[in-house]
Amino acid sequence: MGEVIVITSGKGGVGKTTTTANLGTGLALYKQKKVVMLDADIGLRNLDVVMGLENRIVYDLVDVANGMCRLKQALIKDKRFENLYLMPAAQTKDKTAITPTQMKKLCEELKRDYDYILIDCPAGIEQGFKNAIAGADRALIVTTPEVSAVRDADRIVGLLEAAGFEEPKLIINRLRPDMVKRGDMMDIDDMIDVLAIELLGVIPEDEKIVISTNRGEPAVVDESSKAGQAYRNMIRRLEGEEVPLMKIENIEPNFMDKLRVFFGLKARAK
Amino acid sequence: MDFLKIFGREDVSSKDIAKERLRLILVHDRANVSPKFLEMIKSQLIDMISDYMEIDENGLEVKLTRMEKDDDVTVPALVANIPIKKVKHLAKI
Ligand SMILES: Nc1ncnc2c1ncn2[C@@H]1O[C@H](COP(=O)(O)OP(=O)(O)OP(=O)(O)O)[C@@H](O)[C@H]1O
Ligand SMILES: [Mg+2]
Repeated sequence: MGEVIVITSGKGGVGKTTTTANLGTGLALYKQKKVVMLDADIGLRNLDVVMGLENRIVYDLVDVANGMCRLKQALIKDKRFENLYLMPAAQTKDKTAITPTQMKKLCEELKRDYDYILIDCPAGIEQGFKNAIAGADRALIVTTPEVSAVRDADRIVGLLEAAGFEEPKLIINRLRPDMVKRGDMMDIDDMIDVLAIELLGVIPEDEKIVISTNRGEPAVVDESSKAGQAYRNMIRRLEGEEVPLMKIENIEPNFMDKLRVFFGLKARAK
Repeated sequence: MDFLKIFGREDVSSKDIAKERLRLILVHDRANVSPKFLEMIKSQLIDMISDYMEIDENGLEVKLTRMEKDDDVTVPALVANIPIKKVKHLAKI
């Protein structure tokens, strides 16, 4: 029986789609897991483009939900990576084209055949969000080190807890060590401190993300990419391994002391 | 660090300002306190206190903030500033 993980954020543009693509690809490539990446951003589909699979779409999520095709007909198999599949969103419809009940049913079905179903959630807290979390077992929350993004992340934590999710985990994206060092960007501790949730990983700002998106091949496969390395670490943590935060240069002066705080232990009392 | 003092100071790093602003925003978000609710509290305070003192209703300020308890934990706090114009002469209680 597989696991459904939804990747949320509240605020738009903070890296949900990038994270879904990298985690999905990494789990298939490095952990030999059967993975479906499901784009729940109906009307604004992106995951297909980030994955370079945009030319292969025939059917989509809404077609499956409405019985226009079978599940397997809509799933696109990524030929580069064994065991990796994409369920594309519909582009010409809107969020109301599918219901939470339909999503739940779909996830149940996928769980029978795949190890991981990663759901790329749309921004916001409306119906698209409700659809995306409906069939999920666990939730990840992506934020950037900015007041507005962290505020929205906090809102999502509240909504997820209200929906019965236990311990959603935090992903901090686009951290800039140079800015943290000169005191112009909130650091990891600051964000864990205010949000009081556990950390899954930290991804540095990395131009390789843009380059890899240009090519349609996730940075996680790029050995020289720091963001890719951060995603590879996160994948191992998802699989239950204890992996220390990588040393992104100068993020934490007393880095070694801080390690204990992040792993194995609960981040903060609620 | 006293969080009330860090606003508007040039020598404070922008990330500390960000963190304090964020904390205050989240106090409001999490408490779900609307301006309307604060207005309600305000008018009831005025009603109650007016029996004993004459207060400057325009100067009255009620807000949600954060307060440090002795054990270094900060908690949300409702703070009221009530400027007094005149204490009414009441029979000694
Ligand atoms: N670590 C990073 N370094 C550099 N650029 C990044 C990083 N993470 C994301 N980006 C860029 O930020 C932009 C937004 O990322 P992405 O599309 O993944 O966000 P999203 O949360 O899915 O957005 P939306 O809410 O619109 O769906 C993209 O152009 C992406 O290339
Ligand atoms: Mg997206």
